[in-house]
Amino acid sequence: MATNLPARTEQSEDTDLILRQVLSDVLGLSAERIAELEPDSGLFGHLPELDSMAVAGLLTELEDRLDIIIDDEDVDGEMLETFGGLRSFVVGKRTIG
Amino acid sequence: MLIVPALFDEGNKLRRFTVETMRRLDAAGIDTFLPDLPGTNESLERHAAQDLATWRSAMDQAVRHFRATQVLAIRGGALVAPTRVRGAHYAATTGMKTLRALLRAHVMQRREAGVHVTIDNALTTGRTEGLSMVGYDCSARLIRDLEAARPPEPELLVEQSQLQGPGLWLRTEPSEDAQQSLLLARIISGWRS
Repeated sequence: MATNLPARTEQSEDTDLILRQVLSDVLGLSAERIAELEPDSGLFGHLPELDSMAVAGLLTELEDRLDIIIDDEDVDGEMLETFGGLRSFVVGKRTIG
Repeated sequence: MLIVPALFDEGNKLRRFTVETMRRLDAAGIDTFLPDLPGTNESLERHAAQDLATWRSAMDQAVRHFRATQVLAIRGGALVAPTRVRGAHYAATTGMKTLRALLRAHVMQRREAGVHVTIDNALTTGRTEGLSMVGYDCSARLIRDLEAARPPEPELLVEQSQLQGPGLWLRTEPSEDAQQSLLLARIISGWRS
């Protein structure tokens, strides 16, 4: 477990960057608003730009850029509620491969 | 030059960008035409009666009608772009990616309405019976066509990274970016001459 730690951290940072980039591209948010996103920042239900069509676009783009498949059974309110929640979900998907 | 628009929702989101690019091409001395695909916008055809072959055939007819000598296809438009004239594709995408985005939006919308469907069972229904997804009434043939469709190799492929900004089809609201349109028009007019 410990030997995997550095690689995982690196990938988490990389995932964090890509996730912020995709949110910026999909929602058209300013660099300041994107930089201000904290783990407990609210997403779905908190950002007016993020409706169900936007979520569909967001997930499809994340699949493309991170080379992952997001099963629609995984998509629920909890996964999308906060920036940290979505990031943990995506990092998990990348770890599984 | 014939412009083949992006498909479905992306066609709406990219319309302002597409028209702005046409203005820039016009300023560079290139005449362009943007026809509606049958079943979309001002077309009198039914959307539910369309498949990739009917769209391809309409775009072939448009090339003949306008005597176009080149084609610029936007995103999924590359899947139905005429291949017998010189062609450029902008950010071409596969049919399956286009279909998956539609299916996902459909599934999310149905769930919001309290109906539990999955992408897999929506696709299974769509393949045999056709399916209306987020306002797009798609025939079974169109859905099966999209599953298999890949854009042909164009003479020129313009990637999004060449326009120095994010693809505007990703935006939740239709948007435009004069700089991206200008860059695309420059690349296209350089290729054409």
